[in-house]
Amino acid sequence: MEIGAYSFGDAQRNTDGTLRSSAEAVKNLHEAIVHADRAGLDYFGVGEHHTETMPASSPGAVIAAAAASTSAITLGSAASIISTDDPVRVYQQFATADAISGGGRVEITAGRGSSVETFPLFGYDLADYDELYANKLNLLMTLNDSESPEVTWRGARRPELSGQAVVPQPVSGRMPIWLATGGNAGSSARAGQLGLPVSYGIIGGAPQRFAPLAELYRKSAAAAGHTGDDIKVSVAALGLVAPTKKEAMERMYPGWYNLNVEMGRLRGWPAPDKNAFLAQADAPGAYYVGDPDEVAERIVHLHGYMGHMRHFLQMDIGGLPQEHLLESLTLLATEVKPRVERLLAQKG
Amino acid sequence: MNSSDADVRTIGILGAGRVGTAVARQALAAGYRVKMATAKPIDEITMLVDIVTPGAVATDAADVATAGLVVIAVPLHKHRTVDSSLLAGRTVIDVMNHWAPTDGRIDEFEDDPRTSSEVIQDFLAGADVVKSLNHIGYHELEEDGRPAGAADRRALALAGDSDRAKACVAGFLDRLGYDPVDAGALAAGRAFQPGTQIFNGSHTAEQLTALLRDAAVPATV
Repeated sequence: MEIGAYSFGDAQRNTDGTLRSSAEAVKNLHEAIVHADRAGLDYFGVGEHHTETMPASSPGAVIAAAAASTSAITLGSAASIISTDDPVRVYQQFATADAISGGGRVEITAGRGSSVETFPLFGYDLADYDELYANKLNLLMTLNDSESPEVTWRGARRPELSGQAVVPQPVSGRMPIWLATGGNAGSSARAGQLGLPVSYGIIGGAPQRFAPLAELYRKSAAAAGHTGDDIKVSVAALGLVAPTKKEAMERMYPGWYNLNVEMGRLRGWPAPDKNAFLAQADAPGAYYVGDPDEVAERIVHLHGYMGHMRHFLQMDIGGLPQEHLLESLTLLATEVKPRVERLLAQKG
Repeated sequence: MNSSDADVRTIGILGAGRVGTAVARQALAAGYRVKMATAKPIDEITMLVDIVTPGAVATDAADVATAGLVVIAVPLHKHRTVDSSLLAGRTVIDVMNHWAPTDGRIDEFEDDPRTSSEVIQDFLAGADVVKSLNHIGYHELEEDGRPAGAADRRALALAGDSDRAKACVAGFLDRLGYDPVDAGALAAGRAFQPGTQIFNGSHTAEQLTALLRDAAVPATV
C-alpha cells in the first residue's frame, strides 16, 4: 500500500499565537514535500484552500515546483476545486508539472468544494455547485481522454472548445484523475459510473463506516463496465506520527485546537472541547495519531474494510511546528510504511 | 389520510445524501420500513439504497409521499425540486438548515426574516411541517441514540403548528433513541437553528427544555 501525506499549507504561529506569513507557509510546504520524497514517502497531496491560516491556494504551482525538486514521490492535488476553476487551466498546470517531473508522477484530484470561499472569490453561485462540478469534471475527463492536443467539447458552464490546442500533453498521454468525496453516497456512485479512482476524505467518526461507500463505488464501476487499474480507492485522514503516542497527542492537539477555534468562528460553534479530540484519537476514531506501531495497525485495520491502495495523512493543521511535521513525514516513510507492508503480508 | 404516531410504520425519505441515509439507517434499526427517493429515476438509485441503507426500498417521490411520515433531507437550495403537491395533507419533517457559513448563503432564506422551516411550510402548502433532526450531526444520529429512560439520553427539539403532526414526530424521535422536546409553534424553531447553543451542543431533555425556555422571546417588547 502507498503511504503519503497531504497539506493545505498551514501557516506557522508565533509563540504569542499570531499567524506567521502565508509566504513562509508555502515555502515550508515545499520543504515538506522535498523532505517526504527524500524519506521515501509514496505520495504528497496539496490544497486547495484560500484562507490566511491555510494558504495553499494554488496546488498546480506548488506541485510544479515540487516536481522539479523531487525524484520519486507521486504529487497530486488534495483536492483541486474544479467547480470554481477552469478545467483547461487546471489541466495545463498539472500537465506542465507532469512534464517537469519527467512524467508519470503527477495526478489531479477533482473536488466539488468542501468550503464555500471559492465561490464568491471566483464569481460563482454556490447554488450551481452540482452542475458546475459535473460540467467541469466532464471537460477535465475529455481533455485527459483526448488523443490529440486539439480538443472539442461543449457544455453549459464554460465556453465551448472547437479544436483548440490544449498543451502540453502529459508525458504518457494522460494523468490519473481522481474524484474526491467526503462521504456522500451519490458521489461514490458517480465515481464508479465514470470509471474514476475515488479518494475518501474521512475527518470524523469511525473510518470503517465508509466501507459501504467503497462497495457502492466498486459495484457502480462494475455495473458501468469499468474495470482495471483505474478502479481504486484512497483514504485521506487527519493524523500525526511521533516516537510515542503521548508525544503525538501533545504535538497534534494545539493545532487541532487552533483549527477548531477558527472553524468555530466561521460557523458559530462554541470553543473546542478536548473530549472531542480524544474521542477521535484512539481506535475506532478518525485521527491516525500515535506511534508508528499504532498508526500502521489502524491503517491495516481500515484496509480490511476499504481495500484502499493509498492512505495519506494531513498532519500540519493549525500551525504544527515544521520540525514536528518533518519528523512525522520521516516516521511515516521509514517506520509506518514497512510495518503496514509487513502486516498486510501477514494477512495474506 | 394521516396516521397517528401509533400506526406510523413506514418512513419516507426524500434525499439520499449523508443526512437522508443516516436517518434511513437509524429508522431501519428502530424497526420501521423505509422508502427512499431522490430526484433520479428509481433504477439509478437502487444500488445505492441497497448498499448504503440495506433494508430500505428505492422508490419515487410519489410513493415516498404515501408513507406515514415523510422526511425531507435534500440540500436546502434544491428544495424546489420536491413536488409540493405530493405532500399535501402529509406530516413532513424538515431536517434542512440554512447554514450560510458552511453551505453558502441562499438569498431566498437570507432575505426572509422567518425561519427556514416557515419558508418550507409556505412552499409545502397543505403539509404539516415539523422542524426537527436538524440540530444533530448525521453521524451522531447513529451513535447517540439510547433506550428510553437512559440517564444520558440525548434530547431533540421539534417545532410545528400541528399538534397531531408533532405527536407523530415525537413518537418517531423516541423510537430513534431520543427524548422529544416540543419547542412550540413552527416559528419557535428559531431557537435551534444554526448558530444557536442548542444547534451547537448535545443536551438532555432537562437541559434542552431550559435552553428553549431561555430562548423564548417575548411577543412584544
